[in-house]
Amino acid sequence: MRRLIALLPVGLFLVLAGYFAWSLRPGYDPHELPSAMIDREAPAFDLAALAGDGRIARDGLKGQPLVINFFASWCVPCRQEHPLLMRLAKQANVRLYGIAYKDKPEDSARFLSQLGDPYRGIGVDRDGRTGLDFGVYGVPETYVVDAAGHIRKRFVGPLTEAAVEKELLPLLRRLGGS
Amino acid sequence: MIVELGHFCLILALFVALIQSTVPLVGAARRHVGWMATGRTCAIAAFLLIALSMAALMHAYIVSDFSVVNVAENSHTDKPLLYKVSGVWGNHEGSMMLWVFMLSFCAAAVAVFSNNLPPALRARVLAVQGMIGVGFLLFILFTSNPFLRAVNPPANGHGLNPVLQDPGLAFHPPFLYLGYVGFSVAFAFAVAALIEGKVDAAWARWVRPWTLASWCALTIGIAMGSWWAYYTLGWGGWWFWDPVENASFMPWLVGTALIHSSIVVEKRDTLKTWTILLAIVTFSLSLVGTFLVRSGVLTSVHAFATDPARGTFILLLLLVAIGGSLALFAVRAPKLQGGGLFAPVSREGALVLNNLLLSCGCATVFLGTLYPLFLDAMDGPKLSVGFPFFNRTFVPLMAPMILAVGIGPMLAWKRGDLLGALQRLWVAYIVAALVTLAIFYVTYGGPVLAVLGIGIAVWLAAAVVTEWVERVGLFRISLADSFRRAIKLPRAAYGMSAAHFGLAVFVAGVSASAFSQEGIEVLKAGGSMKLASYEILLERVEKIPGPNFTADRATIRISSGGVAVATVYPERRFFPLQKQTTGETAIRTNLLADLYLALGEADAEGNWTVRAYWKPLVPWIWIGAAIMAFGGLVSLSDRRWRVGAAARARRSAVAAPAE
Amino acid sequence: MVFRCFVVCISLLLLAISAYAVEPVERLPDPAMEARARSISTELRCLVCQNESIDESHADLAHDIRVLVRERLKAGDTDAQATQAVVSRYGDFVLLRPPVKPATWLLWFGPVALLLTGLTGTLYWLRSRPAVVPPALSAVEQAELERLLKDDA
Repeated sequence: MRRLIALLPVGLFLVLAGYFAWSLRPGYDPHELPSAMIDREAPAFDLAALAGDGRIARDGLKGQPLVINFFASWCVPCRQEHPLLMRLAKQANVRLYGIAYKDKPEDSARFLSQLGDPYRGIGVDRDGRTGLDFGVYGVPETYVVDAAGHIRKRFVGPLTEAAVEKELLPLLRRLGGS
Repeated sequence: MIVELGHFCLILALFVALIQSTVPLVGAARRHVGWMATGRTCAIAAFLLIALSMAALMHAYIVSDFSVVNVAENSHTDKPLLYKVSGVWGNHEGSMMLWVFMLSFCAAAVAVFSNNLPPALRARVLAVQGMIGVGFLLFILFTSNPFLRAVNPPANGHGLNPVLQDPGLAFHPPFLYLGYVGFSVAFAFAVAALIEGKVDAAWARWVRPWTLASWCALTIGIAMGSWWAYYTLGWGGWWFWDPVENASFMPWLVGTALIHSSIVVEKRDTLKTWTILLAIVTFSLSLVGTFLVRSGVLTSVHAFATDPARGTFILLLLLVAIGGSLALFAVRAPKLQGGGLFAPVSREGALVLNNLLLSCGCATVFLGTLYPLFLDAMDGPKLSVGFPFFNRTFVPLMAPMILAVGIGPMLAWKRGDLLGALQRLWVAYIVAALVTLAIFYVTYGGPVLAVLGIGIAVWLAAAVVTEWVERVGLFRISLADSFRRAIKLPRAAYGMSAAHFGLAVFVAGVSASAFSQEGIEVLKAGGSMKLASYEILLERVEKIPGPNFTADRATIRISSGGVAVATVYPERRFFPLQKQTTGETAIRTNLLADLYLALGEADAEGNWTVRAYWKPLVPWIWIGAAIMAFGGLVSLSDRRWRVGAAARARRSAVAAPAE
Repeated sequence: MVFRCFVVCISLLLLAISAYAVEPVERLPDPAMEARARSISTELRCLVCQNESIDESHADLAHDIRVLVRERLKAGDTDAQATQAVVSRYGDFVLLRPPVKPATWLLWFGPVALLLTGLTGTLYWLRSRPAVVPPALSAVEQAELERLLKDDA
């Protein structure tokens, strides 16, 4: 009995160390939050378009899967992600829309004129309300919405080549985005 | 050149530490006096080398040598000298240097002040400390070298985060680390005792001063950190149950338990296995804290920039240090001899209760801190564990403990008289009851739990005084006799009373913070607001230059009933280098309450947001902590710990149980 | 590296408005409703600043959530509904007080269970202690003892 009790501390420690080792595995980011919105209907939004007088609204975009990217001109990682978005936009089956999060429209426009505009349409979310409804907690964030208007996936932080190839594009194919 | 010298000294220190961790151990096993003696020489040599290395790094910071990557990333020529120096430990690499510096300092202190230690025990203790040193030196040299040079030195550095440019935070890490690392001595003693297979009263008597000293440093370090949060954050919060804060609080809780349990080992020659375990766990928690802060496993406001390679290295260190010592414990602990009779109602019984509650408290903090990680690993939901959890679990555990702190010292060793002790505390009940009722009446409708908290604090304070009155026989014998007794009381007794009294003061401060009042108004220059019994007038806001910032400084006049009380100058500082704004609050205290003022933003019309808080008894939080630390120091100055003490202790331990 | 950038981004978010906690413009005219909003806010986590509540945080996102909570209250939500409005966007993660459910039983009841185990263990330990037999002195210790006693005399 005494021996068993004496073994308890080292046993508990090994369990703890196991957890620590698990948390150090490559690719694990404790800061990343899963979205609470997965498989729920995308929140309604109806935003002024960045260019022209049109509007970018959820209900107007329904019918086919789409990718919504929250960005801002003041966001450094957005610049890093941008070339990837440009390439992504060239693929015929990807309907990529942008939402300019808490950004002055003229700044967003300058940002896009410098780096290129990958989006089919851009909504201006000046006060960040749409971002709040989506559960955005830092830009860039990218959401995949299916044809019925349900959020299927969220990418936090800048998209990577691997995330696009292994997750985003296969998901779009499954959703029948072609 | 100096930088390379520092680097070289660090490498040399690694080799010295390697010798320190092996040769004395072999010497102790073979009873070879010369080999054992190398422990002392090595410990002192390693300390000198690391001190030189630290000085070299500090020099690089002071002369702003931006060819050193670490300096370029964390310093700037415009920074005031104080922050150039404290900037050394304001980053990961430099803080690890401070860590090993403190570690080698402790080892050198053991080497110097251990004349009364049996040579074999001393050799083993120093060897264990050497091993810890080897681990951390390897860690610095391989993953976090502060001496690396840049290929293209920048013209100027990135500077230090403005939030860290604060006198309170400049001295917070050295105290904190001294506390963390100081527990390595108790750890080394515990491992050495396990190797020898012997724990006795003398052992406890050697360990106790080291534990006390580290505990004092840790108390001061934690208090400074929370004080900094209090006056920096702009709304008066001082504790957030943030993982990094918890990482410092857990060793403090177990360290407190260790101080108390080692008394039982010393006086009653029992509770040995438990005390050894506590000594190991206390330092282990310091190490786990280091891991949590630096591996990026837990997210925290205070965390350093993280790197998985460092995390992996520290995890390996943990496996060797904690896993190794606990494995040794598992093998050796069952063979340790237990001591004499143990009555539940006795001083030692009360100390066991203290240990039980403190350990459970620590386990609660541990669970709350790591639960999100555990759940994540089990593929569960992402959770946050914040103050509401700790208020509901940790606080209820501590309340009975604080009640018991009042009673414990009234019980005799071996066989206490609980009923008698409770009767002798009658004054404390009456005082506590009266004060509680009075406050309840005055604050009727306010937070009831806070009133109870203050009641508990009053009870504890009254009990501490009662215990002292009884010891010196006040009101029972003549005043002159009482005075003579008071002088003859050992310093350790005064230390205990002071520390317990400090706890009472602290609890009162924490509880009373619930009665804070808040006023947030948008004021024009010349506008005023009311808060508690005060009139707060924003006279003007002006721009003033600072060394590496510009500030908006408000002049605020405080008056009460038409009588001027004070003029204070809260600021908002803008640091152009980092493009960051920090607040400099103004706190007017009369030691009974703080009047806390912070300047917010200006709107387009030049109106300023002014935040004012009236915080009754809140200064007592830090006064209480300071009294606790002071109590520890008084206890530390007790002459029993000094030269010759060990021989006497050994004798009493061998001849008969103490007393 | 990617992650570092993201941190930079978050810190920019923090800086966008570096004001303190609750701001006067956010406050509701009805003091009772404002008090409710404050008490809800203290238990909601500011997502980008960790373990700080939105009531305490300077972050821009915290400001947005504070406004959201107040909007919900104005629209006639109960406290629970207003909290739920935030949870439905950000998940249980925003709750500083984790909900009690099977996944958190260990968290909530662990401390009590541990205390009870500790008490039982201590009682067991007290009862099972063998009768006092002080360990015999070794020959060396015996000699030492005699020498010391002689010194004293």
